[in-house]
Amino acid sequence: MEVGRSAKRVDAFDKATGRAKYTDDLCPKNAYVSRILHSTIAHGRVVHIDTSEAQKIEGVVKILTCFDVPDILFATAGHPWATDPSKQDISDRKILNEHVRYYGDDIAIVIAEDYVSADRAIRALKVEYEEYPFVLDPIEAMQEGAPVIHEERPDNVLGHSTIRIGNYEEAIKEPGLIKVEGWYHTPTVQHAHIENHVCYAYEEQGGRITVVTSTQIPHIVRRIVAQALGLPWGKVRLIKPYIGGGFGNKQDALYEPLCAWMTTQVGGHPVKFDTSREETFVSNRVRHAMHAHITSWLKPDGTFVARKLKLWSDQGAYASHGHGVSQKGMGAFPQVYPCDNVETDCWTVYTNKPVAGAMRAYGIPQAMFQLESHTDDIITQLKLDPYEFRKKNCMPMGYVDDFSKNELYHDSFRDTMDKARIMMDYDRKRELYKNQTGPVRRGIGMALFWYNTAVWPISIETSTSRMLLQPDGSVNLMTGETEIGQGCDTVFAQMAADAIGIRTEDVHVFTNQDTDVTPYGSGAYGSRQTYVGGFAIAQTGKLLREKILKHAHSLTRMPVEVLDIVDGNIVRKQDGRILMSLEKLSTEILYDFKLSESIAAESTYSVQSNAYSFGVSIAEVEVDIPLCKVKLLDIVNVHDCGTLINPALAEGQVHGGMSMGIGYGLYETLLIDPKTGRVLNDNLLDYKLPTTMDHPDLKVGFVENAEPTSPYGTKALGEPPTCSPAPAIRNAVLQATGVGVNTIPMNPHQLFKDFSKAGLIESEEERQLRKKASGDLKDTVIHVIGEQETKTPIETKTPEFQPRGN
Amino acid sequence: MYDINHFYEATSVEHAVQLRVENPEAHIISGGSDILIGIRAGDLAGCDLISIYMLDELRGVSFHDDGTIRIGALTSFTNLAEDPIIREHLAVLGEAADTVGGPQIRNIGTIGGNTCNGVTSADTASTLLAFDAVMELTGPKGIRLVPLTEFYLGAKKVDLRPDEIATAVLIRKDHYKGYHGVYFKYAMRDAMDIATSACSVNVKLSDDKKTIQDARISYGVAGPIPLRARSAEKIVKGKLVSADTVEEFAAGALEDVNPRTSWRATKEFRLHLQREMARRCFVESIRRAGGSV
Repeated sequence: MEVGRSAKRVDAFDKATGRAKYTDDLCPKNAYVSRILHSTIAHGRVVHIDTSEAQKIEGVVKILTCFDVPDILFATAGHPWATDPSKQDISDRKILNEHVRYYGDDIAIVIAEDYVSADRAIRALKVEYEEYPFVLDPIEAMQEGAPVIHEERPDNVLGHSTIRIGNYEEAIKEPGLIKVEGWYHTPTVQHAHIENHVCYAYEEQGGRITVVTSTQIPHIVRRIVAQALGLPWGKVRLIKPYIGGGFGNKQDALYEPLCAWMTTQVGGHPVKFDTSREETFVSNRVRHAMHAHITSWLKPDGTFVARKLKLWSDQGAYASHGHGVSQKGMGAFPQVYPCDNVETDCWTVYTNKPVAGAMRAYGIPQAMFQLESHTDDIITQLKLDPYEFRKKNCMPMGYVDDFSKNELYHDSFRDTMDKARIMMDYDRKRELYKNQTGPVRRGIGMALFWYNTAVWPISIETSTSRMLLQPDGSVNLMTGETEIGQGCDTVFAQMAADAIGIRTEDVHVFTNQDTDVTPYGSGAYGSRQTYVGGFAIAQTGKLLREKILKHAHSLTRMPVEVLDIVDGNIVRKQDGRILMSLEKLSTEILYDFKLSESIAAESTYSVQSNAYSFGVSIAEVEVDIPLCKVKLLDIVNVHDCGTLINPALAEGQVHGGMSMGIGYGLYETLLIDPKTGRVLNDNLLDYKLPTTMDHPDLKVGFVENAEPTSPYGTKALGEPPTCSPAPAIRNAVLQATGVGVNTIPMNPHQLFKDFSKAGLIESEEERQLRKKASGDLKDTVIHVIGEQETKTPIETKTPEFQPRGN
Repeated sequence: MYDINHFYEATSVEHAVQLRVENPEAHIISGGSDILIGIRAGDLAGCDLISIYMLDELRGVSFHDDGTIRIGALTSFTNLAEDPIIREHLAVLGEAADTVGGPQIRNIGTIGGNTCNGVTSADTASTLLAFDAVMELTGPKGIRLVPLTEFYLGAKKVDLRPDEIATAVLIRKDHYKGYHGVYFKYAMRDAMDIATSACSVNVKLSDDKKTIQDARISYGVAGPIPLRARSAEKIVKGKLVSADTVEEFAAGALEDVNPRTSWRATKEFRLHLQREMARRCFVESIRRAGGSV
């Protein structure tokens, strides 16, 4: 069996040696380069752009503005096309926009021979705007009289959805119920993949445009480019080489339509657009910031009676993935802890901010922070145990969702919680960290996550694979699914190897998607590819086997029923004898005067199921209260993602996701100047991604409950790891300090506010007042709390000196 | 591709000074970790540059006869942190240099650049200030010595004349002998960051380790330029080592700081940190000097 083995990545050597080709490596050296002029107002209209000075700059080839682009509105979201117009993504932008809707909107481009000329020309452009008021918060944007961002939606609401189960209003009348409620706020964050989005385009004979691009979704972007330019889809060819990460930012058409249009404006000459890091932060896509208000009504024993969620999702300036993200987040709410009476509402609202799109786990990291923070608020208020409460209330085995028809075939939540508790010595530590005092305290907390695999039944889940048997017995494999660094080429090779009966090393994966050549697959998103691609590979492998065995019958005279392919050999099942190698068979058949055939198979599978993939994080922290710092001491993620195809790659996937979750919980937020709408920290210095120095060793556990709907027993793992670390850390901080931080990131700025409010630290102003009153200089609030306790259950540490201030 | 108009490569200190005289508008580039960012951002696009990077005579740490430690202006953060003289006599400075950016920046960035760019967050600047360091500036008329306390004129403004280059940083023996100290960099993450605020303290104890003979404290990002908190220094001079002295020192430090609210941090938070850092640095410096609180 090749599946289940930590096979070496098929691209390991090429990537480690630098031979793997990425978009920029392939760009012709004579390509023109381009720079975008971004708006310097948050909302308004471009009245005029004076290009006269810029035109004079040497090296400038062409300057094009928002007044030159095709008058076509298009939608950028990376979804498969919906033939039902009511389900299509919202078309609300042009290639360059005259109506500017955020600070950083694209209003003009310079095409030049080199970047120095392009940059000089950009600086020489003079823009005249008509300015409008702007709005930066989704709740404010819904108020009467708020600036209208898109004329088609005067209330700025892109979508409003509800869930109603039972009768909330009636249920809460039951006497003796306890009400727990809270606000939870999650920030705008950015994917920060290593390779910024880059693409180039050129025209070939017959006016066909080729776009080479760093994208997760080649077939979808091909369609969007054609739509944006008003071309038949076949006029566009899209090639995806290796890409350096995407995390959902590249599950959108970014600058491919612009690049394709640019080449048509310079006689088909290749033109490149290479996004800067600053532009990646501001003018690509971000994660939706959300505000949530949750109310729970419970019996004193911790039984849910009724629950309500209100959710506001910050869309930013254009629709992109839009309402689907908050809908997905809201959808998890009634499922993690099923309850008879549930009322939820979510609104997705335009604001004058960078555009929110898809980002790893599509609304679920927000939802899990809201939900699991609230869970520990319930536990605190009702004085219950976090593990026992979750165990009692979480989704049971056998649960079936009405909408997706998903069934929970195993007891995933309880299985993963139990494994994580043991890995973290949770029970002992939870007890040990009770009732601490002193300036430095520890805590341990947990959070569950809910996820599903792929997007059925919201959109099609179609994947195609093609297998070509080579004369040496190896197999070339093509799929429409994209390697974006996550390792799918490797697991596809392993799956294909098992499906055919050869070694992983004898499967050659064609890593590029070229829409002229590779068959359709929807691409890398929704944690779908291993699950969905697996169906197509299993089916195509079976077709290829049948063809091979038919020829084996001709060559060996044995009945097909007794033949098998094992390790690249034709084997007689009855006695295990090797009758011939696949190499011999393949060469014989290709060159046989009568039987000659190039043995190949291709098939499409459209999956109509969507498997639950659940798990848990447990985090242990040390909080230095005076420094307002959380040090993450230890953290585990345990996943039930079904059978592991490649355990080493699975673990790596979880590490990356956990790191992203840690950044979400403790470090990252895109800051916007309230006076101008400008992003303040559009670079990797000021946008505080955690570094390796900020991570403990990341622990990973798996519960391998095989998924019965998948031919390989697998289900989602791409996005799930990033869903639960933030609330687990938050709940650990709550145990340590008694302060439930409801706004992430829990960075020192936020903790300073929350600890001050809770009386854990004293502000300088308060201290000065006290000094005047008593002459006492000491900063004693913490000590006062400490003195009230007679016994400390663990030794409280005095702050140790650490030169880096953590 | 950087938009640089002219690039002059100096072959000696004299040549560098001559280039400065001939091209008063040109910027000096050594490691380039600030200048190149400015060019890329457009602020310095199209500028002229005088490179002093090849002047090896400005690299390294040595003693003058009187025990003054001389740090060549082009000494990189990495070389500073690893230098045996620094490790033995100015350990704090090495520790501070080791908190700058990441390894690549520490390999290319220089102590001269870190002081001459005039930014309040420079990790070595506040530490040098707590050593009463002196800048050695070389111009057409020879060497001019300016105490670091006077070198900073304002945000991104230093007393470096258009015909001068910084050639060394000097620390007198009586400014380091017998002192023990620490540098506390408060940043949002543990690497690749600039200070939200930073504090450097040096303490000299009496022989019996009971009395504060002298203490110096300086801050980064507590005002527009790195600054000394002399009120705190005066309060504790000659006082007994005690918890009360620590509190007085920490409270006194706030008399001289003047942080502002920016989107990077509020004034209130910086003040809170500055007192906490003063307290922790003072206690640790006393401990390193052999005393205990």
